[in-house]
Amino acid sequence: MSEPVFSHDRDVETGVAPLAPREFLRWTWRQLTSMRTALILLFLLALGAVPGSVIPQDAVDALKSAQWREAHPSLTPIWEKLGLFHVYSSVWFTAIYILLMVSLVGCILPRTRVYFKAMRARPPRTPRNLTRLPEYRTFTTDQEPDVVLARARAALSGYRIDDHEGSLAAERGYLREAGNLVFHISVLIVLVGFATGSLFGYKGGVIVVTGGQFANVASQYDEFAPGSLFNIKNLAPFSFKITDFDVKFITQGREAGMAQDFSAGVDYRTGVDGALRHTRIAVNHPLSIQGAKVYLIGHGYAPNVTVRDADGTVAYSGPVVFTPEDATFRSTGVIKVPDARPTQLGFRGEFYPTYAFTMATGPFSAFPDDKNPALSMLVYAGNLGMDSGVPQSVYALDMKGLKPVRKDNKAMRVDLTLGQTVTLPNGLGSVTFDGVSRFVKLQVSHNPSGWVALLGMIMALVGLLGSLFIKPRRVWVAVRREGGRTLVDVAGLDRSSGGTLPEQIDALAAHLEENKA
Amino acid sequence: MTHSQFELLSNQAIAVCGTFYFLALLAHLAEWALGRTVPLDAVGATASSQAVAGGTDTLVAVEESTERMERWGRIGVILTVVAAGMQFVAVASRGLAADPIRVPWGNMYEFTMTGTLVVTLVYLGLYRKYKLSWLSPVVTGFVLITLMADVLLLYTPVVPLRDALQSPWLIIHVVAAITATGAFTIGGMASILYLVKERWLERQAAGKETSARAGYLARLPGLVELDRLAYRTHAFAFPVWTFAALIAGPIWAQSAWGRYWGWDPKEVWAFITWVVYAAYLHARATAGWKGRAAAIIALIGLATLWFNFIGINFFFGSGSMHSYA
Repeated sequence: MSEPVFSHDRDVETGVAPLAPREFLRWTWRQLTSMRTALILLFLLALGAVPGSVIPQDAVDALKSAQWREAHPSLTPIWEKLGLFHVYSSVWFTAIYILLMVSLVGCILPRTRVYFKAMRARPPRTPRNLTRLPEYRTFTTDQEPDVVLARARAALSGYRIDDHEGSLAAERGYLREAGNLVFHISVLIVLVGFATGSLFGYKGGVIVVTGGQFANVASQYDEFAPGSLFNIKNLAPFSFKITDFDVKFITQGREAGMAQDFSAGVDYRTGVDGALRHTRIAVNHPLSIQGAKVYLIGHGYAPNVTVRDADGTVAYSGPVVFTPEDATFRSTGVIKVPDARPTQLGFRGEFYPTYAFTMATGPFSAFPDDKNPALSMLVYAGNLGMDSGVPQSVYALDMKGLKPVRKDNKAMRVDLTLGQTVTLPNGLGSVTFDGVSRFVKLQVSHNPSGWVALLGMIMALVGLLGSLFIKPRRVWVAVRREGGRTLVDVAGLDRSSGGTLPEQIDALAAHLEENKA
Repeated sequence: MTHSQFELLSNQAIAVCGTFYFLALLAHLAEWALGRTVPLDAVGATASSQAVAGGTDTLVAVEESTERMERWGRIGVILTVVAAGMQFVAVASRGLAADPIRVPWGNMYEFTMTGTLVVTLVYLGLYRKYKLSWLSPVVTGFVLITLMADVLLLYTPVVPLRDALQSPWLIIHVVAAITATGAFTIGGMASILYLVKERWLERQAAGKETSARAGYLARLPGLVELDRLAYRTHAFAFPVWTFAALIAGPIWAQSAWGRYWGWDPKEVWAFITWVVYAAYLHARATAGWKGRAAAIIALIGLATLWFNFIGINFFFGSGSMHSYA
């Protein structure tokens, strides 16, 4: 008698499918909703999730997956065909979980119907032969039969009890199956929440240098990913300014160099003309603003540079975002100076927050904090190609119209420490490293149905607890007079494993036998 | 005490704790070695109630060796309790050693230390109820070896918590994850012993195993009891894991990283573990899989769990946002 929970399982036929289309559909449905299929699909789901943790995913780290593709030119086309760079939205992964969902629905529907009847069912009549049940006790007592039954009734609190002639039948644990159903329905809710969150919401990333401003319109984002049902006009009209940035790095141990604390000061305004308010955002402390959340997810350096051209006029002055390459915050970036005369200038190179040098390693950054900042860049002159109408990345130079500036027959490299100025050859001008600003990488996201998934998950847990720990149990007590005394039979049946039925039947029998009525 | 004194205390306590686990293991090995001279039905029964062939001398001898065996078992448990106490001191003082003081779950060294403590506590907590003396050498051996590896390979000086870890959810998420891991591990041990014992019984039935005398395997509980213990620990651990990985984790990830679920390698494997254990419970509840088939699924689940805990950090390293854990 072990747990006939998924009762439809016995419908599965092992025979060959009949050819009639209707029958075939029936057969397919039964196969799909069978317990065995559900188990296989569960294992497939687990197995299918594995490659996504091994192969860099576009949606998780686009840069990494691009690097991987570059390093594996022969595998890449095959992997792309198999959808291995976006496993969790690939056809085959989707197929697995949709089949699992169908199987789940096919499981829930008939069971809900069955449960609806079972919920109101009375305990089964007392079997004629109680000795055959898994747990059985018997004893004789001087108490009247009615007294024994009344006491049994009182002892079996929480049971649904039916009185019969000379016996009673009791059952409890009706909610186990309810828990089971709630769990399965909740899994569906979680998936719906998960799916709709990405439909009606949006997610965007933007880099802001301290002192810089941001207004929540699509054009201000560096990357913007609206859900397919999100209307860009519905972007909440807030704006903010990053006033300052604070960071503290761990200085010892294996975690040395990790940021322990970083936070940014924000002046923000809700709506177009709301009051200006100040707050600090940090990891674990996003800013909630008009249904959206602003997260601080990264940071880096933006060296301040002044470039003077041949005439000595300032052609560029300000911070330039350099993107961190590794945990030491060695960063790479480019500076474009389209206003330099007579020729446009471009710089490409690296920024080291704590510059260090050995013959073996060349220049490197010894620590992520800006203890000894330095810039090292190659210089290019010519046409930056910014007027061609083709949008350009701010992190790369279009090399078509540019030539390296040469000095002493070598491509010229300018190495600058803080405050230093280097004059370019051929009267091209000069470049000054004025100072270091920080930038923050922010993520703005709006997930209107995130709570649905969460609620579903919590419901799933509650249902799970019910289905695991509510023990369906049946108990019968039968009495009859025999030779002037009362003969009492107590028997029980557990409908799930792992219960403590023997102990309970022992206790009940002992309690009834104790003559203190 | 200053912060650095607490750090020193933690390091010393973990060394002392390891020693006690070692002594406990020795005591349990002695217990089982002595068991060789004790008939299978002697433990727990009174000598007079047994029909021992060979007269009073044998009877007295059996009684003596039974008592010795039980005594070494008790010594082992007491040593384990002392070891667990020292381990608690070691864990707590790791937290007190940091400036500002924090929960002691900032890196793998500390996770492993706490995780093994949970294994011991689950074992001690269930010892009496499930008569777990047969599990003693396995648990003490496992905890000892894991702690040694922890101290030798994963030790790291006390440092403050990293930014992403500074959240009340650290306590909730990590306590739940560690508790589930400890319980799954105990359940996995029961499943391994189930498979070993089942095979031993088969070989015995086939006449390939002649050691009918009281070996360790013979003293293991029956297959039904092993199976039941495995089921109960898994049934306890699964909802806790559900909460840790699929509720507390996403809520925290939402506030730390701006998304509930991002298919980070650690998340992927937590999900895989969840699916495998879900299949375990499902197979038991519906398809009626018990015993061997269930034990094998449980061990696959345990493998994914430990791979997630250890493997992700070493093989995927910087690729995971969870790489401190």
